[in-house]
Amino acid sequence: MRIAQANRMTPYLFMAPAAIIMAIALMYPLGYMMWGSLRDWDPTQTIGEAEFVGLRNYVTLWNDPNFWESLTVTLKFAFFVVTFEMVIGVGLALLLDRDIRGMSILRTLFILPMMIAPVVVGLMWRYMYHPTIGTFNRFLESIGLERVDWLGNHALMSIIIADIWQWTPFIFILALAALQSLPRSALEAARIDGATGWQQIIHIKLPLMMPVLIVTALLRLIDAFKVLEVILVMTEGGPGLSTEILALRISRTATEFRELGVAAAMSNYLLILLLLLTVAMFAFNRWQEIRAARQKMAVEEEE
Amino acid sequence: MSTVRQKQNPAFYALIAVLVFMSIGPVVLMFANSFKLDVDIISGTSGMIFLPTIRNYEQALCDVLWYEPDHLDFCSLKFGGAFINSLIIALISTVLTLVIGCMAAYALVRFRFMGRDTVSLSTLMVRMVPPAVLLVPVFGLWNNEFCIGKTTLVGGWIRDMFGGRGDVCLAGTHSGIILIYVAMNLPFVIWILQSFIVQVPRSLEEAARVDGAGPFQVFFKIVLPLIKPGLAAAAIFTFRIAWNEYLLASALSDRDTKTVPILIVNNMSEFNVEWGVIMATGMLLAIPPIIFTLLASRQIITGMTAGAVKG
Repeated sequence: MRIAQANRMTPYLFMAPAAIIMAIALMYPLGYMMWGSLRDWDPTQTIGEAEFVGLRNYVTLWNDPNFWESLTVTLKFAFFVVTFEMVIGVGLALLLDRDIRGMSILRTLFILPMMIAPVVVGLMWRYMYHPTIGTFNRFLESIGLERVDWLGNHALMSIIIADIWQWTPFIFILALAALQSLPRSALEAARIDGATGWQQIIHIKLPLMMPVLIVTALLRLIDAFKVLEVILVMTEGGPGLSTEILALRISRTATEFRELGVAAAMSNYLLILLLLLTVAMFAFNRWQEIRAARQKMAVEEEE
Repeated sequence: MSTVRQKQNPAFYALIAVLVFMSIGPVVLMFANSFKLDVDIISGTSGMIFLPTIRNYEQALCDVLWYEPDHLDFCSLKFGGAFINSLIIALISTVLTLVIGCMAAYALVRFRFMGRDTVSLSTLMVRMVPPAVLLVPVFGLWNNEFCIGKTTLVGGWIRDMFGGRGDVCLAGTHSGIILIYVAMNLPFVIWILQSFIVQVPRSLEEAARVDGAGPFQVFFKIVLPLIKPGLAAAAIFTFRIAWNEYLLASALSDRDTKTVPILIVNNMSEFNVEWGVIMATGMLLAIPPIIFTLLASRQIITGMTAGAVKG
């Protein structure tokens, strides 16, 4: 009897530490943020002293052109980054999916960029983009071309390039893993039927990889909203607001403008956006499971 | 089949060479520059031909060097201290996250209990929260709410022992930063480990249970050794985030608990960037993750694919 009771308690005991920590340091802060977003709150006050203003922070933001500018920059950044990384990453995976010597060394070298601290990545690229001493402009000058004002007029493009450098390998590795776990029989059959390389890719490989690719793209999309340090180090959001993504704006509103309430409201907007994306991903996963189950049933019925 | 390698097009090898150059070029460039004097970096005596110097590293590490470099009058960059802070924070939070996350993942996979679905759904939800969103509430809570009054027994004792003024708060301590890192990393670790634990054959656990092992014994003696690759992957990912994170650390740390990323950002925002020194600090920050990558790339890749493909 005692043992049975102990067994019933086991899962809760195993869950308890994680649940407690996440409740204290994630859930409670998130609730606290929603509460704080309804207040006119500056860092010297405790939340109790701050004046309750209802939805004013949200309305202010809604009417603030700078906020919309920042949101546009964020969406542009996320869209371009994910699109380019998917195309390049999947393309490279299709090209390099061959039996070659030293593939594991190659993969090791490819994942280096994403293991390095974002701060350091920003540092490297800021140096390379430097208008006079930077690598790119030196190279352009040495072959007789004009300098490019990388972090000035083309700042958004430059940070997108840096992010592509850092995160394309992620897509590449996942796509390669997906490719290598494809059923060999389908590919064999296509080859015997005389499908060309392109036909194999378009009609067999890509459709079969699609589920993994969509999850990968969504993961990368969610992560693209988290990028902050690289941009902070490279441009500090400038020039003007041209690279000030939402995450950066939140941190500046909180630390420079000292408006915690507004920053909290902005965090909430960002959170809602991400929530929609995550729900989409979750729904997609579910839908796929159901479809797979149905196909399995159909196959079994035929037998 | 696999022993006979296809003859590949030379263009193919050229492509691979270009890719390798692109992915490690910037790192090599930074490595080279960290051994150059600022004069050399700015004047652009280009390429790899230069007189390497360790001055930049001496200047970066001046507060922990056992000798005084003669080119330095004043040690302004307290890099050594920050390095130690980073190390303490990253290591402790990695160990804690792994232990706690592993237990939770096991419970989620192996037991059916009330609230199981809610837990796994919210784990997934929490994974998407960006650090920037946590900035405001964590700053407020750690400074104002998670405190022990200085008049209480424990608070008074801490003030007597370590000095300082005001209430004893989590902000500015190592434990404050560790707490938020553990919480931030838990969802991801649970997610990854779940996919490894599922693969442990249930019959093995049942056999152990029949032999009279309790649930904790089964967990520590049977399950843990079998999911070592998963643990390695999770450990590397957690360490990477705790080691590299800037935003929350900068909001929570004070003078004595600064981590390396904060130091680098502070030195970058100055008007005159000392490129050589800053590259040296960057290199020092990048070295631990690079070593991990070279040693355990297989585990990293398994972890990455397990997290996304099977998730």
